Amino acid sequence: SLAGFGSLMQDVLWCFSQVKGTIDVGVTEADIISTVEFNHTGELLATGDKGGRVVIFQREQESKNQPHRRGEYNVYSTFQSHEPEFDYLKSLEIEEKINKIRWLPQQNAAYFLLSTNDKTVKLWKVSERDKRPEGYNLKDEDGRLRDPSMITMLRVPVLRPMDLMVEATPRRVFANAHTYHINSISVNSDYETYMSADDLRINLWNFEITNQSFNIVDIKPANMEELTEVITAAEFHPHHCNTFVYSSSKGTIRLCDMRTSALCDRHAKFFEEPEDPSNRSFFSEIISSISDVKFSHSGRYIMTRDYLTVKVWDLNMENRPIETYQVHDYLRSKLCSLYENDCIFDKFECVWNGSDSVIMTGSYNNFFRMFDRNTKRDVTLEASRENSKPRAILKPRKVCVGGKRRKDEISVDSLDFSKKILHTAWHPSENIIAVAATNNLYIFQDKVN
Amino acid sequence: MFVRGLKRKCFDGEEDIEGTLAGIKAIPSYNLQRQSLLDMSLVKLQLCHMLVEPNLCRSVLIANTVRQIQEEMTQDGTWQMINTQSTGQASLDRLVSTDILCRSSREQAEGKHVPGYSTFNKDFEGDQAQDSSETMSTASSVQASRNLQSNVWEMENPQENKGNFQKSLDQIFETLENKSPNSVEDLFSEVDNSYYDLDTMLTGMMSNTKMGHCDGLETFSSPTTTTSNSNCKSDLNELDHIVEILVES
Repeated sequence: SLAGFGSLMQDVLWCFSQVKGTIDVGVTEADIISTVEFNHTGELLATGDKGGRVVIFQREQESKNQPHRRGEYNVYSTFQSHEPEFDYLKSLEIEEKINKIRWLPQQNAAYFLLSTNDKTVKLWKVSERDKRPEGYNLKDEDGRLRDPSMITMLRVPVLRPMDLMVEATPRRVFANAHTYHINSISVNSDYETYMSADDLRINLWNFEITNQSFNIVDIKPANMEELTEVITAAEFHPHHCNTFVYSSSKGTIRLCDMRTSALCDRHAKFFEEPEDPSNRSFFSEIISSISDVKFSHSGRYIMTRDYLTVKVWDLNMENRPIETYQVHDYLRSKLCSLYENDCIFDKFECVWNGSDSVIMTGSYNNFFRMFDRNTKRDVTLEASRENSKPRAILKPRKVCVGGKRRKDEISVDSLDFSKKILHTAWHPSENIIAVAATNNLYIFQDKVN
Repeated sequence: MFVRGLKRKCFDGEEDIEGTLAGIKAIPSYNLQRQSLLDMSLVKLQLCHMLVEPNLCRSVLIANTVRQIQEEMTQDGTWQMINTQSTGQASLDRLVSTDILCRSSREQAEGKHVPGYSTFNKDFEGDQAQDSSETMSTASSVQASRNLQSNVWEMENPQENKGNFQKSLDQIFETLENKSPNSVEDLFSEVDNSYYDLDTMLTGMMSNTKMGHCDGLETFSSPTTTTSNSNCKSDLNELDHIVEILVES
């Protein structure tokens, strides 16, 4: 319920609800979750993994007998979305890893989602079948064709109930439009078009047309030697179907209006925070690279994630963000090591809650962080099997920077950098979050009083 | 010649004793650290090549870092100077922490001076202790050792070196554009014949746990890198190698 939804940080206690995935010590690479997304009602939760599979969970109906269980998510459908491919021309593999999943709003009984790997976007239809026709004239119950000359009477087939079957079918395949790796897809508010963005270009598609797309942004220089900046993420405005934003590896955000010209190379707005010259180092540019950009539900703000911070920008103010939150500033003195082991290139995502009052993003050691924009309080929580008793309240975690480590704190040097929370999702209207920790999906809910 | 099996400390933060000659915990000069970062970056660009298309964002960010270092080194004149360091130095067989580079310029101004070249020499002499300034990868040590030995080549062609650097960086992006194999071979024919000793480097790299997508290293047979002067290792000319390896598979 929305009552009390804009709760203050101190009133929200997060509890463990479920965890999906195996507990094996060795993780199969293919099982690593690469994207998580709730649909528009929160009834469905989709994950994509490195093996190209999509798993959709459905929330079960709430039961009056067990009100505290508040609807668990159970597997609804599993399918292989993308397969590995080989580009013979370039002699390179194309990974089947699902980079992003985006749901379409539901317009009939079936569910539709877009899933993409580095090169190809697919539209999947997920539908239920709980009846089947029986009593065909031309074939028998096993499906074998009958000899028409043997048929002496006709009957009308009837629909009989059957066990629920959920089938996923690929309805459209949008291929061969991206030379570089797709990092984002975004459904337009007109529900007729969507965009796909790679490192250098953004294309606009109509859902009905697969053999053609419009190129709306192209930042590829004539001479590739001059390349110094790439597109890192892109998203449509939630309400204005002509407006979208894209972020870059130099920490900038451009807002574009498709009404001004066909090729949106000239931005309508340009968001960039001036650099603090006293903070400059060789790693400044790398840590300013934006890994994710998200419009608020209201459409008034955008949130960006760079390596160390999350920033909230007002669309009406281009010269600096209105809010900056430190995710893990204790890593600032470790940038050289993080550069060496490539962690500095990790792309963390960020999400808004339904009322745009709280934002969430991941960190290392399976930690994730939430920031309440109103109270300015923040909390660090951990997704771990140890905290996985049903309805167990998550205890806030703390990283200690200085010498003296308190009992429950963890020191920076003890952090496990292989355990990174890159992908999280927040239910559109309730305090339910999904956190992907390598090959496990954790679902947390707020405590029901 | 790098040391294995050492427990290394992540050298970040407090214990700075800049310029100590006692050899207890001598911190390498800013220049040395910067050089180490440059080497590390070049290796990373080299390893960008794999079976799957390299991550363009990562490559661009690393290349930009390399350019930044080059610009700074050109400005303060160390670009050529560093190449004229004495070749008689003992090889640096340990890792060079790039800790100073992690600090903002403000912090640097507070406590540290940017040493001149005399300090550069001193650091080499003073750094006999194993434990000083260690980082996590063994590869850097190999890099550093090669730097010293590469001086011979670079002393001869400092100007060309700069030009080659830029040219090689450009070649990386051209190759990322996926030219057809034939034309890349043309590229390759222009490459100078001083190369990394791949074996040494690969051995070092294998001990690095975070290999991820770079598992294809063992496929590098480097057939074309044979040269009579296998000891002639170059610093920035290894970028030519990058092109070769990018093409290789």
